[in-house]
Amino acid sequence: MNIIVLMKMVPDVVEPLEIAEDGKNLDKEAIRMMASESSEHALEQALILKDSVGAEVTVAAIEAPELDDALFSASAKGAVRVIKITPEQDGLRADISASVLKEFIKQECGSPGSDTLIFTGSQAIDDLQGELGPTLAEQLGLPFIGVVTSIKPVEGEEGKVTAIKEYSGGLRGEYEVALPAVVGIQAAEQPSRYVPFAKIRAAMKSGSIESTEITPEVEGRGVEIARMYVPEVTGRAEMIEGDPETVAARLIEIFKQNGILG
Amino acid sequence: MNGGILVLAEQLKGEPTGVAFEMLGVGRTIADELGVQLEAVVIGGEGDEIASGLGAADKVLKVDMGDDQMPVSDTVVSILDQVSDKRSPALILIGCTNVSQGIGTRLAERRGLAHLNFCTKVNIEDGRPVFTSQLFGGKIFADATLPEDKGVVSIYPGAFPAEAGKSEKTPEVEKIDVEVPESPVVFKRFIEPEIGDVDITGYDVLVSVGRGIQNPDNIELAEELAAAMGGAVSASRPVIDQGWLPLTRQVGKSGMNVKPKLYLALGISGAPEHQEGMKNASMIVAVNTDDKAPIFDISHYGTTIDLFDLVEVLKDKLEEAKGT
Repeated sequence: MNIIVLMKMVPDVVEPLEIAEDGKNLDKEAIRMMASESSEHALEQALILKDSVGAEVTVAAIEAPELDDALFSASAKGAVRVIKITPEQDGLRADISASVLKEFIKQECGSPGSDTLIFTGSQAIDDLQGELGPTLAEQLGLPFIGVVTSIKPVEGEEGKVTAIKEYSGGLRGEYEVALPAVVGIQAAEQPSRYVPFAKIRAAMKSGSIESTEITPEVEGRGVEIARMYVPEVTGRAEMIEGDPETVAARLIEIFKQNGILG
Repeated sequence: MNGGILVLAEQLKGEPTGVAFEMLGVGRTIADELGVQLEAVVIGGEGDEIASGLGAADKVLKVDMGDDQMPVSDTVVSILDQVSDKRSPALILIGCTNVSQGIGTRLAERRGLAHLNFCTKVNIEDGRPVFTSQLFGGKIFADATLPEDKGVVSIYPGAFPAEAGKSEKTPEVEKIDVEVPESPVVFKRFIEPEIGDVDITGYDVLVSVGRGIQNPDNIELAEELAAAMGGAVSASRPVIDQGWLPLTRQVGKSGMNVKPKLYLALGISGAPEHQEGMKNASMIVAVNTDDKAPIFDISHYGTTIDLFDLVEVLKDKLEEAKGT
């Protein structure tokens, strides 16, 4: 099995986010980039398949700040090849990113075969203008299934996998998918594996990141962003100040007043 | 706006989902303000029964699917593409849900349209719909318009009132014939939620932990606090994905929808996906050191002191209070 994991870099939302002077973008100077959580899960799911049934795992991503670290980490975890696609793109246009990745897939596989799975994260926090996985699937003419939390080969049937997709309220669905296909991974079957820094450092020393340059086909059908802003707070919580003793005492008072404690 | 509005009446297990009515409600508002038609598409399922309940639409377009009760997203895209050819809508509304994930994006790509995701608000300004979307875990909003007011918009569930999309009227129903292509993706079966050790939907008090709980050993603190309050421990997605608690404890978009008397959120930032599952709790109390965390915007009470400093003291005081 040949698995291509398309990793996406997104801003770390634990850090404060600021709006750029044009009022229509994030201030790129003020943000720290990281691999999206669902990309990390996509990588883990690929590595689980590699461990269980054997697969060649390639990780590729469009150039972004901190990307090298993410790729070295992927290499240390078990990706056979890690590839950086230059130049950097605006992350808010899934169709542009997908056009770059479509060309990349064509370069890598020509026409993907029945042993090929293309993993993306299911959805990213910056997917304002579409989602990468289904856009890429459409551009490649491949099937797509998203919000997937488990994927296994169908026993005795070459070129088919069973995918579990989440709906809501804990309800899930089982699907059979004929490959090649694009799969949006929501969460891997197990948490992302820990990789010691020594292994990452070894990957860094080997300088194993490949690089390829692809110019996107830009089409003029993006949405027109009027402004981006930090939302105004409409129903802010009543904040309880003080030391832990004071806050705990006030909370118990509130719980009692509201009949939560007997 | 040059054209009407088409809403995909999303279904799950043969029933219309809440977002279907939310989309009909917001679609009705836009249609009335701009003087255009609102049409709903029902694909498969109990088509006749569902169609008759969609009276907020001017017309319901029904696509029969025979025995296929759960058409896969690629099939839905193909059907909507054909329906759009016949009806030429300006605006197509799709649920921004797990059920419909990918449909809006793929349909927009196929039809050469713009796609706007995560929409939580619509205003009409100078005769044009202006859509507000939430990004980056709800920390940033964006106001945007579609080129020539044409495109696909994914509506975030829970953002619009579902009641506005319900009507006693009987809609006109038209059967639409389309070609249903075979998909390499085949639905096999539903997997019902596992019955775990705890049914978090049945508790009056939930002590819910997020990324701020830091490591699995600290879950015990939350368990002790929950026990002191006669409640149970639930969690946001990152805790479940780490394997620190079972899937049955997950609150949010993919997990459980809970409405306890008290939802005590410990170290939960309050991403939109999480809010979807808990915002209807009678009382929400948030503990988070980040005073800008979105959880505070939907909480009744909040504090920015460290959860580890608070939990021990709160537990002791609760036990003291019980003893008196």
